[in-house]
Amino acid sequence: MSHYLPAGLPAPMASPDGLDAPFWEGAMADRLIIQKCNDCHLWLWGPEWICHSCLSFDIGWQETSPKGVIYSWERIWHPVHPAFKKEDLPYIVVLVELPEADNVRLVGNLLGDPNQTVKIGSKVNAVFEKHNTDENPYALIQWAID
Amino acid sequence: MFTPIHHHIKRDKHLKTTGMPKRTHRGETAVIGVGETTYYKRGQSPDSEFKLTLIAILAACKDAGIDPKEIDGFSSYSNDRNDPTRLAAALGTHELRFSNMQWGGGGGGASGAIANAAAAIMAGLSDVVVVFRSLAQGQFQRFGQGAKINKISGSMAHTLPYGLMSPAQMFAMRCTRFMNDYGVKQETFRNIAMAAYHHAQNNPRAVMHGKPLTEEKYDESRWIVEPFHLYDCCQENDGAAALIMVSSEKAKQFEAPVYLLSAASGSEHRAGAPVHNNPTYATSSFTSVAPRLYDMAGITAKDVDVIQSYENFTGGVVMSLVEHGFCEPEEANEVLTLENLLAPNGKLPLNTSGGNLAECYMHGLGLNIEAVRQLQGRSPNQVENVNISMVTSGPMVSPVSSCIFGSEDTL
Repeated sequence: MSHYLPAGLPAPMASPDGLDAPFWEGAMADRLIIQKCNDCHLWLWGPEWICHSCLSFDIGWQETSPKGVIYSWERIWHPVHPAFKKEDLPYIVVLVELPEADNVRLVGNLLGDPNQTVKIGSKVNAVFEKHNTDENPYALIQWAID
Repeated sequence: MFTPIHHHIKRDKHLKTTGMPKRTHRGETAVIGVGETTYYKRGQSPDSEFKLTLIAILAACKDAGIDPKEIDGFSSYSNDRNDPTRLAAALGTHELRFSNMQWGGGGGGASGAIANAAAAIMAGLSDVVVVFRSLAQGQFQRFGQGAKINKISGSMAHTLPYGLMSPAQMFAMRCTRFMNDYGVKQETFRNIAMAAYHHAQNNPRAVMHGKPLTEEKYDESRWIVEPFHLYDCCQENDGAAALIMVSSEKAKQFEAPVYLLSAASGSEHRAGAPVHNNPTYATSSFTSVAPRLYDMAGITAKDVDVIQSYENFTGGVVMSLVEHGFCEPEEANEVLTLENLLAPNGKLPLNTSGGNLAECYMHGLGLNIEAVRQLQGRSPNQVENVNISMVTSGPMVSPVSSCIFGSEDTL
């Protein structure tokens, strides 16, 4: 599988304290798994040990729909990491809301033409981008226009 | 049930309705001197960062007319590397009594460090506090570069692998959402950059002195990350800046005290929510700080004569001005015209030293110095009859901070 960004960027690993391990395990299994409070049932993201609404520590992990909406976006032209060569630029980062999970947001890349017109509010689907040859294989959750 | 936010609102209301005096530090402390090093482009300083700190502190003491050994408090922010214990030893400080670091927020701590100094003076913890910031980006890690590491965990694991690595990249999406929601135009961002460069041409201290900016030059400059052109982004510099603060009582012994009417720091509900999940995304995080700032100072935006608004990126300035009540977001294109932003005759003279874009990026503390100079009548772009001079520090970070200085007449 091809990767949207060049090799050599920092690879994600589950937090050593275990906070976000189910998210990364889910991504490797083509599933979008994020936090949900077992007490007040609010979806939660980014990962945290406590529910910011009811202050319960009983936080579960649950699969949610891999469908999102573009909340904001940016097209990056100036590289700030040596992994990027001229031909890797520009690239698009999107902030995606999950309407089926209390509108929590995830950061990812928008697949396809890096010069495409991007519209806030566009529907997108998750694409699980596998990095199987990394010493610790992982998957990034990317997005494609619906 | 534990509801911390409502609890605070209730307590505040209780204070006001029962006629108890409003808690404020209005007019209790003053800045008596300001100073900075020569401002350099990143990597150009001939002096070490610690020496730069000493130079700036001595310059501020000389400006005030106070013996540097009388400093007994140090206040800084953003994990400044120059430890007050070493500074106090180097300066031969008689006694170190206050050693304070504002947590978090990077440049959002500049006015917060002033608030902390004022609190220490009012509480009797310290008599003479230096607020300082030193930054030699040429000698240490650059802010504008991504981390060169193989693995990342924690909340950054959810952004860095997607190539979202630098401050410009962290904040561009907030500005895009803001532009989208309110129809704010790129030209309005350009006006912020143009005003800073215009003012820098009269300021020999400015790194961009002698390097004017035109609309064409802005429009043709490369994108760093949309919606930021090169000229929407602050510089990276080497240098140091310092302000000396004392009680207003003690300030009477000095030549040109400038009074602190208010300083506030903080941020909105869950502004620090990880991975861009802060509820008020299309803001610069000042919506809760600005009302507190004005309330403590007892003024409104209409009373402000001149403003220094921290430019990490121009879009953050537009949001800061909106959230501090200078216009509605839908009016930003009409109100924030270049004409309105220029000293001496604009309706809202902005960043009159050249600011972070064109004077120097001393993590914003240069803006506080310029605000003081406006009240002392010695700005390079002096506005007439200044009584209220305001600073907003570090938009879009958390915590952010702002402060308002006033002339003796405002007390």
